[in-house]
Amino acid sequence: MNIHEYQAKALFETFGVAVPKGAAAKTPEDFIIALGGLPEGPTMVKSQIHAGGRGKGVFKDGYKGGVKFCKTKAEAREIAARMLGNTLVTAQTGPAGRRVQTIYFTVASEIKREYYLAILLDRGASRPVIVASTEGGVEIEKVAHETPDRIFKVVVDPAYGLADFQVRDLVTRLGLAGAEAKNAVRLVRGLYAMYWETDAAMVEVNPLITTPAGEVLALDAKVSFDDNALFRHPEIVALRDLNEEDPKEIEASAHSLNYIALDGNIACLVNGAGLAMSTMDIIKYFGGSPANFLDVGGGASKDQVVAAFKIILGDPNVKGIFVNIFGGIMDCNVIAAGIVEAAREVGLGLPLVVRLEGNNSEAGKATLAASGLKIVSGDSMADAAQKIVRLVS
Amino acid sequence: MAILITPDTKVLVQGITGDFGGRHARLSLDYGTKVVAGVTPGKGGQVFEHGPHRVPIFNSVAEAARSTGATVSAIFVPPPFAADAILECSDAGLDLAVAITEGIPVKDMVRAKRAMAGGRMRLVGPNCPGIVTPGTGDKSHGGCRIGIAPGYIHKKGRVGVVSRSGTLTYEAVYQLTVRGIGQSTCVGIGGDPVNGTSHLDVIRMFNDDPETVGMVMIGEIGGNAEVEAARWIRANCRKPVAGFIAGSTAPAGRRMGHAGAIVGGAEDTAAAKIAVFKECGIEVAVTPSDMADALIRAAKAAGVALS
Repeated sequence: MNIHEYQAKALFETFGVAVPKGAAAKTPEDFIIALGGLPEGPTMVKSQIHAGGRGKGVFKDGYKGGVKFCKTKAEAREIAARMLGNTLVTAQTGPAGRRVQTIYFTVASEIKREYYLAILLDRGASRPVIVASTEGGVEIEKVAHETPDRIFKVVVDPAYGLADFQVRDLVTRLGLAGAEAKNAVRLVRGLYAMYWETDAAMVEVNPLITTPAGEVLALDAKVSFDDNALFRHPEIVALRDLNEEDPKEIEASAHSLNYIALDGNIACLVNGAGLAMSTMDIIKYFGGSPANFLDVGGGASKDQVVAAFKIILGDPNVKGIFVNIFGGIMDCNVIAAGIVEAAREVGLGLPLVVRLEGNNSEAGKATLAASGLKIVSGDSMADAAQKIVRLVS
Repeated sequence: MAILITPDTKVLVQGITGDFGGRHARLSLDYGTKVVAGVTPGKGGQVFEHGPHRVPIFNSVAEAARSTGATVSAIFVPPPFAADAILECSDAGLDLAVAITEGIPVKDMVRAKRAMAGGRMRLVGPNCPGIVTPGTGDKSHGGCRIGIAPGYIHKKGRVGVVSRSGTLTYEAVYQLTVRGIGQSTCVGIGGDPVNGTSHLDVIRMFNDDPETVGMVMIGEIGGNAEVEAARWIRANCRKPVAGFIAGSTAPAGRRMGHAGAIVGGAEDTAAAKIAVFKECGIEVAVTPSDMADALIRAAKAAGVALS
C-alpha cells in the first residue's frame, strides 16, 4: 500500500524525522488556511499523487510541472489553483495520468547539499538495509550504474536492531560533521524506527538535504507498506486513498481476486500467480497483447469466476478472453460450470478460449461443449494461446 | 533416494483442525503419506479421523514429535501466527518445516529467519505449495506429499523440479509425467521475498542426489535467487538443467500476485534472468508449454537418459 508525500511526512514527524514545515489542502478554500500556517516567503507547491517524476510531469492541459517553486504565498495560491483537479502525467503514471486531488504547500528550504536515503528489505540477506548516497535529487539507479562508489549500504541485524556505530559510520561516509552529523544521526534513527514499527516495505527520501543553518531535512518522502502486515496497522490503513487505485483492482480484491490492469486486448483468467504471469507471457510470445493479470487463486469458486468475468469485461479494450486453469485439486468441471454460467450471465459476445487441465478435465470440457456457447477449447497452453491470438486479430 | 522427504518420512500437520489444513491432511493420507500427528494448541487429546486413519492431535509440536517420532511439519497456521509456528518447529528439533501459509508479514519472516540462524532445521516456504516425493504405486501413490500439490499428477522417477510458483510447478510436473518422465522430488520454495530455502539450496541437493539425473528450475521476476543458482550450476553442476522464468510481460513496480514477484531494477527482470540462464548453459523453455521439452533437449545434448 502506498501513501502520499504529505501523509508520509506527517508520519516522519511523529518519529522525530525533520521535514520542512508544510500543510495540505484539498479545496481552493483550504489553500488559504493551509498557507496561513506557513511563514511569508518562498513556498513549494506540490501535487499529491502516488507516482514519481512529478516535477518533470506535464498536466493534460499543457501546464508544465507538478512541483513548483514560488517566491510568495500569493503566487503559491495561484499555482495551486492550476494544479488542483488537473490531471498530471509523469513517466510513472502512464498516458492516462492521475487527477490531482490534494496540494501540499511547504516552506521552500535553502539547500546546501542534496543526499539520498532509503530503507528497504535486502532480499539476499533477508534483513533490512539502509541505502544512502552523496548523490541526491537524481535517479538512484543512475548513480548505482555510473558511480557505485558513492552508494553506501548498512545491513541491519534484526535481533539487535540498528546499532549506533552503524549510524555514525554511515553519516561519516556521507561526509557530514558537527551539527549536521548530529542531526543526520537523529534523522536516520527516526526513519529506521518508522520503517520497522510500521511494517513499511520501503521508505525513500530523495533528496535528503542539509541547509546553511546546519539542519538535515527530508525534502521528499516516498513510503509504501507491506500489505501482509496491514492487519496490525489500522492507523496506516486509514491513510489509504482509493482515488489512487484502479476501481477494477479494488473490486477484484473485494472478491479475493488478484487483478492488475494492463494495456493489451486479450483478457486472462488464471489460477495461480506464476501461471497467470506466464499466461501473459505466452500471449505475447504468440504475437498478442495481454489486457490484465488475473489470479483467481488455488480454490476458485463459481462466484469468483462470475465476478472475474465482470471485472475483465469492464475493460473496454478487451477483444477476447483466455481462461487457463490447471486444476490440481479443484474440480475442472466445477470451473467449467462457472465459466458457462458467467458467460451466460454477462451475455458474452467476445471470443473465449478455455484451456482446462488436471482433475476431472474431460468432464469439464464436455460441460463447455454441451453449453451451446461459442467456447473454443485449447489442448495445451501454447495451443490455446495461439487460438485466442488468432481470434482477436 | 529423493531429497528432503521420502515415503517413510513421518509428518505432523500444524493447523490440522482448520478447513484448509484438514482438507490437505486428508489428501496426503489418501496419497499414502505418513501423517502421524496434528497440532492445534488447546485441542490436544482430540483425534483427526479420516477413513481408516486416526491421527492424534497434540497441543504442541514438541509433544507431537516426542510421542509420534514425526520429523517434519506441514504448517497451515493463519498468517499472524505462522512465524511463531515455524519457530516452534525449530525449537522442537524437527528436521524440516514446510510453511504453506500465504500472507505472512515480511518483518515476521525477517525475525524468524534470524532467530533460526545457526539452528539445524531447514525451512521450505512460506507461501509455497510444498514438497512431493512420488511413490511407486498407481498415480504415484505411496509417496510423501507435504502441502497442497496434486499428488496424482506425479510419477516416480529421476527428474528434480524446483519452483517458486505452485500451479507452474504442477504444469511442469504434468508435462513430464505425460511424456513418461518421472520425478525424484518436486519442491515449491514459495513466492515470498524472505524464505527458508532458495533455488540454489535445492539445486545443490539435487546435484548431490544420485537418483536425480536432471532438473527443471522455474523462477519469476524479482530478486536474484535464480541468477545465483544459475551461476553455481555453470561452475558445479554436470546434470542437464532446463529453466523457465515467468513475468516477461510484467510491468515494473507492480507486484504480480506473489509478494516477491516485482521488478525493482534492471537485474531482476525476466529478460535479465533468461540471459544469465543461457550464459550458464541452462536450456531455456521459450514458453511455459515447453518446460518438459526443454529438459528433454538438454538431456539429449548431455547424453543423459531421463527415464
